Amino acid sequence: MTAMAEPEVGRARVRKEDERLITGRTRWTDNIALPGLVHMAFLRSPTAHARITAIDTSAAKEMPGVIAVYTGDDLDPGGEVGMPNAWPITPDQKTPRRPMLAQGTVNFAGEAVAVVIARSAAEAEDALAEIDVDYDDLPVVLGVDDAVADGAPLVHEDMGTNTSAEWIFDSAEAGSGGDVQQAISSSEVVVTRRFRQQRLVPAFMEPRSVVVDPTAPQLTMWSATQVPHILKTMVAMTLGLPEHQVRVIAPDVGGGFGGKLAVTPEECAAVVVAQKLGKPVKWTESRSETMVSAHHGRDQMQDITISASRDGTITGLKVDLLADMGAYLGIVGGGVPVLGAFMFNAIYKIPAYRFSCTTVFTNTTLTDAYRGAGRPEATFAIERIMDELAAELGMDPMELREKNWIKHDEFPYTTVSTLTYDSGNYEAATAKAMQLFDYDGLRREQRERRERGDRVQLGIGISTFTEMCGLAPSRVLGSLDYGAGGWEHAAIRMLPTGKVEVVTGASPHGQGHETAWSQIVADQLGVGFDDIEILHGDTQSSHKGLDTYGSRSLTVGGIAVVKAAEKVIAKARKVAAHLMEASEDDLEFADGKFTVRGTDTSTAIQDVALAVFAAHDLPEGVEPTLDSEAVFDPENFSFPHGTHLCATEVDTETGRVRLRSYVCVDDIGKVINPLIVEGQMHGGLAQGVAQALFEEAVYDEFGTLTSGTFADYLVPSTMDLPSFTTDRTETAATSNPLGVKGVGEAGTIASTPAVVNAVVDAVRHHGVDDIEMPLSPMRVWRAVHKGDAAAGGPGAEAGGGLGSIDSAHGGAQ
Amino acid sequence: MIPAPFDYVAPSTVDEAVRALADAGEDAKVLAGGQSLLPVLRMRLAAPTTVVDLGKIGELKGVRDEGDAVVIGAMTTHYDVQRDPLVHDHALLLARATDTVADPQVRHRGTFGGSLAHADPAGDLLAPALALDAEMVVQGTGGRRTVSAAEFFQDFFTTSLAPEDILVEVRVPKHTGWSAHYEKFNRVAQAWSMVAVAATVRAEGGTIAEARIGLTNMASIPVRATAVEQALVGRSADAETIRAAAEHAAEGTSPTVDGNADVEYRQHLAKVLTGRAVESAMAG
Repeated sequence: MTAMAEPEVGRARVRKEDERLITGRTRWTDNIALPGLVHMAFLRSPTAHARITAIDTSAAKEMPGVIAVYTGDDLDPGGEVGMPNAWPITPDQKTPRRPMLAQGTVNFAGEAVAVVIARSAAEAEDALAEIDVDYDDLPVVLGVDDAVADGAPLVHEDMGTNTSAEWIFDSAEAGSGGDVQQAISSSEVVVTRRFRQQRLVPAFMEPRSVVVDPTAPQLTMWSATQVPHILKTMVAMTLGLPEHQVRVIAPDVGGGFGGKLAVTPEECAAVVVAQKLGKPVKWTESRSETMVSAHHGRDQMQDITISASRDGTITGLKVDLLADMGAYLGIVGGGVPVLGAFMFNAIYKIPAYRFSCTTVFTNTTLTDAYRGAGRPEATFAIERIMDELAAELGMDPMELREKNWIKHDEFPYTTVSTLTYDSGNYEAATAKAMQLFDYDGLRREQRERRERGDRVQLGIGISTFTEMCGLAPSRVLGSLDYGAGGWEHAAIRMLPTGKVEVVTGASPHGQGHETAWSQIVADQLGVGFDDIEILHGDTQSSHKGLDTYGSRSLTVGGIAVVKAAEKVIAKARKVAAHLMEASEDDLEFADGKFTVRGTDTSTAIQDVALAVFAAHDLPEGVEPTLDSEAVFDPENFSFPHGTHLCATEVDTETGRVRLRSYVCVDDIGKVINPLIVEGQMHGGLAQGVAQALFEEAVYDEFGTLTSGTFADYLVPSTMDLPSFTTDRTETAATSNPLGVKGVGEAGTIASTPAVVNAVVDAVRHHGVDDIEMPLSPMRVWRAVHKGDAAAGGPGAEAGGGLGSIDSAHGGAQ
Repeated sequence: MIPAPFDYVAPSTVDEAVRALADAGEDAKVLAGGQSLLPVLRMRLAAPTTVVDLGKIGELKGVRDEGDAVVIGAMTTHYDVQRDPLVHDHALLLARATDTVADPQVRHRGTFGGSLAHADPAGDLLAPALALDAEMVVQGTGGRRTVSAAEFFQDFFTTSLAPEDILVEVRVPKHTGWSAHYEKFNRVAQAWSMVAVAATVRAEGGTIAEARIGLTNMASIPVRATAVEQALVGRSADAETIRAAAEHAAEGTSPTVDGNADVEYRQHLAKVLTGRAVESAMAG
């Protein structure tokens, strides 16, 4: 590198991992082939709740190629093994045992009941049809309202209730604000809404897959997981294995979105089966299996009340959640809605706040982390009700937000939910977004369309969001009863030829860590981008880590890399001083070279690395290594924010919503690679828009998932999305030396309320003040029509025109 | 997602294919482009004993001119139908509807005949075939016969094809100079039609001389909106005429109910979309 070298950080580098990923020249878990490998297939319950009275596996065992067939009792005769829940949100949380294979009862349709092991995956699947299971149906519990009703049938009879836990935050008790009941009862304006966060499927691209090789003393598991380190420790604890005899490898992993933040029954069953047979085993699921058995996301009923004075000053906020956990608690389980507790107050100065969350069991697939995990739900509710409050007050919704948000000169600011936002500039992001969006021009067009009664109405939706990223300061996790810390590890190895290996405990599954980490290290050490290799995902090489989720990789793991690089330089400085016969204090380090201040004498860090490797001439007492490791535990979260503006066109004749334009200006602090940021924003926006308009996991009255394929579970493609206008402001985070905040979830968190607000805004003059997600054409059309009827417009006459619609099918559905 | 075991036959002539089907008995399935059959096999919703692949039968592919009709081989891909000048000149409605089928990958594998024989009421080519009075040329053990589109489609996923029958080709009467539009309504771009309207019209001056309207997914089979056609013919093609005619679109329909639409909404959509389809067709 020359002294004029352009910094790597900030460059829009094409990702170094893309060539192998795009051309398929990589190794996914399903590509792993080992000598003697056998294959597993799971029989899944077709019924949502039943007692298993008999399982006959004899015919299946006679099928061609079949090696073994096991039931739950075969794998776990004592009924002792349960998948881990690492976040008991209250001391008295009810945590039902989630077995590897159902034992006694099945509690959701899709729960595994038996496993076939055969020479080929095809033979294993063929044999499933020969297993005979007798089910004695039990009443099915669906929907949180029904689940908590008096006399409701129970998902887990032995627990005596469908409630897992109730978690409460009250600002009056915490001393961070006033009493919310008092605030509401003394306020001039009160708006109450019930929002439904529909259930979503994470829909990662690569289905889950696991291979277990038990043929060496140290067992090896390959898994398409986000969390190889957590998986290693949890598998050891769950199955009672010595942790040092478990190695987990997450090879290239095709997406996760939180859906692979899990320790699954299938992974644990694979270990037990492999050990029983003494053979390596593989399981790769079909998409149909993903849909019914991998954890889902969202699924909350949100009762929210906001109070304000007539001038628009918010006085209080009260939130009561019912969160559907499904049949069991996953690894983070009830912690997901609890994370939302800190985000309902968003960017606003709210003097009194109370949050309660009741986690509830139903006979459905369990829910757990999904992109944003608690924060999108919270952001949706607050940003939706801000628009409703604005409508109630007759105020422009942006003016209302501006009146209540934290001003840029008020940071650091401690919120009513006790987080301290270190930095931010909501005014700057908003000003830029409003200008890019042409807010005033679109409002003018909206008026014109309304005045001429255009069949296509225009709406504008706002979402001024923030989120907490960089999970997490360990002491905060401790205070929330989470079972682990939130630090991250990195190590740097200086090789004799001047090349560099960087080990990271973060575990990429599509984010581009290899590129971003290389850029960071290139600048830190002054070595070439292409001279750096990033090692990850194998607990043997990357022995320590807490993996990737919650937009934590860069803000925690990236900082650990910086800290490790600093240690390398400190070690190298001693050696360089010795080599150049200079005092350490006289050395400057820049662009990969130690220079004796005021002279031309210098030595490159690569030369130092070689000298250390040779170790022929090192200063007294210096170990012959530059290799260094660091563990970073953040002091605080980081708080990205942004202003998202969405314009929708609503065809009032059909209810179809078209996104006309979408502008977002995000402040994610310092940017390492703008191209990666752009990719994260576009993907995140697509997923957030998908929740608003398209996606929903739907169960019928029997607890059968009716949206069990991509023909019914509608993931949008580029054809369904507008060209996003993305831009940024840059207010550095003060909580880490790079000034970074995280971008992995921003688009998903911010966009859902922006879209729904825009649709409601387009048809508010029809008397519409909410439409349930996803905003299908039928729901939008019904809402417009119902509003017309309520306003005494066309359709108000019974039996006339559109008013003849069957009331049983009326309204949002 | 692995199909149950089956025998696989790939004959090279239609005669051989018919014989293979007759030999295999009732549990045989015909494989055309595989865009519907393969998912069904992989999800084990069907487990045929024998699959007869028509992919190697050259005589089933291609489009030719037969005087008053355009004849489309059953194994002609959507992509080839889309690009064919004969289809464009004499059966524009079919070209327009084919443009909307799924995505480029599907259009390169999926076939016109396969789509018709599958008879999914949400399939986009059934209503145009019906509107254009297409005739299906079918070969079975007793030789060849011709079946009108109206007789061919019998129920959900059910046609008049006997188990040993093969759809050989489709004769589409020429509608030379007719304008056309296929108005498709779905939740996402690559989903099946919730409702769609196939409209083709022949105008003389400002007057509608002839009109054919077919509806997709408004019953268990494609539906001809004859009341709309009657209300259009002989009238001037102004907005008011079209709107009034489209009000008849739901007559005689019996659509299914699913998560995307109930009966009332589908019937409402049929009216709105019919008006739009005719307007667009008139606009050229």
